Amino acid sequence: MCGVSRYTSVTEADRLAMLEQIGVGAIEELFSDIPPGLRLGRPLALGEGRSEQEVYDELRALADRNVSVEDEICFVGAGMYDHYVPALVDAITSRSEFLTPYTPYQPEVSQGTLQAMFEYQTAICELTGLPVSNASVYEGPSAVAAAGWVSRLANGRRRLVVSRGVHPHAREALGTLAHAWGVDVTEAPLRDAVTELPPLDEEVGAVIVAQPNFLGAVEDLEAIAAAAHQVGALCIASCDPLALALLRSPGECGVDIAVGEGQMLGNRLDFGGPSFGFLATTEALIRRVPGRIAGETRDVDGRRGFVLTLQTREQHIRRERATSNICTAQALNALAGVIYLTWLGREGIVELCELMLQRTAYARRRLAALPGVSLLHEQPVVREFAVALDAPVREVIDRCAELGVNPGYPLGRDYPEHCDGLLVAITERRTRSDIDRLADALATAVAAAGARHAVGAG
Amino acid sequence: MSATAADDQLTIFERSRAGRRAFVAPASDVPERPLDELLPARLRRAAPARLPEVSEPEIVRHYNRLSRRNFDLDTGFYPLGSCTMKHNPRLHERVAALDGNARLHPLQDPRRAQGALELMWRLQEALGEIAGLPHVSLQPSAGSHGELAGVLLTRAYHEDRGERRTKVLAPDTAHGTNPATVTMGGYEVVHVGTDADGNVDLEDLRAKATEDVACLMLTNPSTLGLFERGIQQIAEIVHGVGATLYYDGANLNAIMGICRPGDMGFDIVHFNLHKTFAQPHGGGGPGAGPVAVADHIEPFLPRPQVVRREGAPDDTIGTGSDGRLGHFDLDYDRPRSIGRLRGFQGNYGVFVRAYAYIRSLGAAGLRDVSETAVLNANYLLARLRAIGVAERLPVAYDRVCMHEFVLSGAPMKRDLEIRTLDLAKRLLDHGVHPPTVYFPLVVDEALMIEPTETETRETLDRFADTIAEILREAAQDPEIARTAPHTTPVRRLDEAGAARHPVIRQAL
Repeated sequence: MCGVSRYTSVTEADRLAMLEQIGVGAIEELFSDIPPGLRLGRPLALGEGRSEQEVYDELRALADRNVSVEDEICFVGAGMYDHYVPALVDAITSRSEFLTPYTPYQPEVSQGTLQAMFEYQTAICELTGLPVSNASVYEGPSAVAAAGWVSRLANGRRRLVVSRGVHPHAREALGTLAHAWGVDVTEAPLRDAVTELPPLDEEVGAVIVAQPNFLGAVEDLEAIAAAAHQVGALCIASCDPLALALLRSPGECGVDIAVGEGQMLGNRLDFGGPSFGFLATTEALIRRVPGRIAGETRDVDGRRGFVLTLQTREQHIRRERATSNICTAQALNALAGVIYLTWLGREGIVELCELMLQRTAYARRRLAALPGVSLLHEQPVVREFAVALDAPVREVIDRCAELGVNPGYPLGRDYPEHCDGLLVAITERRTRSDIDRLADALATAVAAAGARHAVGAG
Repeated sequence: MSATAADDQLTIFERSRAGRRAFVAPASDVPERPLDELLPARLRRAAPARLPEVSEPEIVRHYNRLSRRNFDLDTGFYPLGSCTMKHNPRLHERVAALDGNARLHPLQDPRRAQGALELMWRLQEALGEIAGLPHVSLQPSAGSHGELAGVLLTRAYHEDRGERRTKVLAPDTAHGTNPATVTMGGYEVVHVGTDADGNVDLEDLRAKATEDVACLMLTNPSTLGLFERGIQQIAEIVHGVGATLYYDGANLNAIMGICRPGDMGFDIVHFNLHKTFAQPHGGGGPGAGPVAVADHIEPFLPRPQVVRREGAPDDTIGTGSDGRLGHFDLDYDRPRSIGRLRGFQGNYGVFVRAYAYIRSLGAAGLRDVSETAVLNANYLLARLRAIGVAERLPVAYDRVCMHEFVLSGAPMKRDLEIRTLDLAKRLLDHGVHPPTVYFPLVVDEALMIEPTETETRETLDRFADTIAEILREAAQDPEIARTAPHTTPVRRLDEAGAARHPVIRQAL
C-alpha cells in the first residue's frame, strides 16, 4: 500500500496513474519475477510505524540509560578521547551540501567535497611528515590492517611483526585479515613498556608499532624504522594524530606508512564510531594506497579544480586487481577532521598538546603519590599513562563510578600481565580539579577495595 | 574570471596568514614543568606542522563557500544507480546527537551503556528479520567491509570443516567491490556470465561451480535492476558443491517485506545502512555494513557480539525497556570467531539512525518503501518509453525492472554522436545529478537509473522530459552536450592530467 511511510511521496491517485502508464493493474505485478514460493506472504515482525515524536521519545529513553562523558568525569581513552568539539564543526558538517551527497563521482558538482579532501590530505601530510595521504579509511584499527595489506602488495613477504604496544583491537583486526592472506603475524614484546624488537630477517614484510603505544609510552620510532629497513621491511606506525603536534613526525623518523584513528580530530565519541582513519605514506608507495585520493587539476577553461585521482588503483576500475576493496569510507568525518585542525591552527595544536602534556604529568605525579597506586612505567608519555593498583581493578572502577568518576580503562583483558593495570587518559576537558577528584576517588576506592580484598584473603 | 571566482578557488592553506587564529586554549591550571623534562628533545618535532592560520569567521566562510560548490540530495534529484539516494530524515541527526549517544565512550562498562547495547541488539533483531537470517553482526564499517566479513566467514566455515577452497564466483555484472574483496580475502575470483534475459547464466554457473569454489557473491536484484528468476536453482547449484551463497545488500531497497535473502537460500547477507536505511552519504561516508548469517555461519561471526543475557544471578541485572529481566552485554567468548574487523563496536551513530528509520516506518512502511521504489523505477522507464526516449536509450533488458534499470546509450552515440558521458554532463546543467554511468560493464554505454521511493511523480516526469530535451538538442547541435556542463562551478576537468602528474596536497 502506498502512502504508509511518511518518507514517500506517491499518493493513491499518483499510484493509479503510474500503474496505468506502466501498463499493469496492480503493484504486485511488478514483483512477478519473484517465484511465488519465495514471497514472504506476511508482514515483517517489526511492528507498526510511529510518529516522529514517538520515535524521538523512545530513542531518548534508550540514550538516557547510558552514562555519557557528560554524566561523569571520564578518564577513559584507549583509542578514543573526550575532546572538546567546537561548534563550528557541527555547523559546517550538518550543512546539506556536505551531509547528503554521494562520493564525488561528478567532479563538476562536487568541488566542495573534493577540495575539502585535498585540504584534509595536506593537513595529514603535515602532521605525519609524509608526502602522500588518502582521503580517509574506516577507522584506526582497520587502518592498521589496511597498512599491512599495502606492505603485502609492496613486497609480498610472508611475515608481519607487530608490537604488543599496538592497540589490541588493531592487532586483532590485523590477525583476522592476515590469516586470509596466509601471512604470519608475530608479536614483538614490550620491555619496560616500549617495543623490544626481536631479531628480524628478510621474511619480515613490515614492522608495526604505535606512537605513543597503548600503555601511553613514546616509542623510539627512528630506531624501529632503521631496524625494519635493515632487512628491507617497511615500518608502519599507528599514531595519535594530536600527539604528533609535539612528537617527531613519522616521516622524520623514517616510517613508511603512518596510520591512525582520527576521532580525536573533531569527531564525537559516538560509542566507537563513525570516526575516520588516516593513512599516509611515501611517494614510493603512492600507487599501493587504498581508497579515494583527491588531486588538483584544471578544467577546460583553465580554472583550478579537484578530482578523484589515481583511480586505476581502485575497485570500480581495477576490480580484482585493485589495491583494496574500500569504497564508501568516512568523508564527512574526515571533513570534521580538517575543520578541527584548521580551527586549532599551527600554534593552537601545539598549545593544546602542551596543555595535555602538563596536565598528564600533573595527574601522573598526583596518582603515583597515592597509597596503593604506583606507576606501571616511567617512560615519557603525552596524554595517557598506566598505573598499577594494589586492589582489584574492576572493583576500584565500580567504586569510583559511585563517586562520579570513571578512572580509566582496565588493562587486564588485553594485557593479563598487567591485570592490576589502569590506563588513564587526559584531554583538555579534564581540569586540575577533575584530576584532584580522580586522585581522591582513586585513593578512597583503592583503600576500600584493598581492605576488603585483604580481609577476604585473610 | 571574476575576482570572486578566483577567491573561491583558494584553499584554506592559501588563506593562512601568520598570527591569525581561531583557537584559544583553556588556561593552564597545573604547575608547569620544563618541556625537556617531560618529553626529551630527541622525541620532539623540530618544527610545528604547518596547519592553516585563520580566524573563525574565515573558516566558516571558507567551508560555507566550498559547500555551495557541491550538488546534494537535499537540493535535487539524485538518481544514482546502485547508491539508493533516498531522503535522510533530520530526526536521525537529532537522536544520534543526544549526549547519551554522541558522548558515550566506546569502552564504557556495558552495565553503564545498557541503552546503547539494547539499541544495537534490537537493530540486530530487526535486520535479521528483514534478511530472513537470524544472526547479525553490526561490526563492519561499510558495504565493502561487510563483503570482506562475508568472505572471511566463508573461509572460517570451510576451514572448520577441514576444507581448503580457492575460488569465489561473481557474476560479470558485479560491483567492483566484489572481485576486489575476493582478492583481499585470499581467494581467486572466477566470473560467471549473464544470459540473454539479464540473469546469471545457469549453464556457465554449473560449469564453474566446482568443489574448489568457496562462495558465490550475488546481488539480487542484480546490478541490472532485475530479479534473478533462477535464484532457487542458483542456490541449489552453489550449495550442491558445498559453497556458500553470499548476498550483496546494495539492492535490498527493492524487496523489503516482499521477499528475504535467507528464504532465497543465501547464507550470508550484508546490509548497506547508508543506502537502504537512510544514513546520509556525507560525500563518501560514513556508512555501515552489518552482516546477517544462517545458523551454520553463526559461530564465526566477528567478536564481540552484542547479546541479551537472561536471568543470570548478578546484582547488576535489570530489565530491558520492554520490562523483560536481563541485560545486554558484549560477548567476547566466541572461540571460533574470525575475530575483530575493526575497533570497538562498529559505527554506532549509523546504527542509531538506522534503528530510528526502522521504528519510524515499521513493517508496513518498509514494504511501502520497496513497493514505491519499484513503482517509481518502472514508471520512469515507462515514461521514457512513452515520450520516445527509448529509441535512443533502450533499456538493456526489456523486462519489468525492480528498483532501478539500466539503459544503453549505444544508439544515442551512433545516431546523435553524443556519448553517455555527454548526456550525464548535460544533466548537470539541468540541476539533476546524473545516473551511474558505464556500469554495469556488460551494457555498452550504460546508464543506471535508481529514482528511489523519495521522489514524486512530478520529479520523475521532469527528469524524463529533461532527457528528451537533451536528446532533441543533441540532434540539432551535439556540441552543446559534448562540451557540457556549462553552468557548474567548474567545467570538465582534466582527469588524465591529474593522474599523470598527481598533485595531491598543497605545496607549502
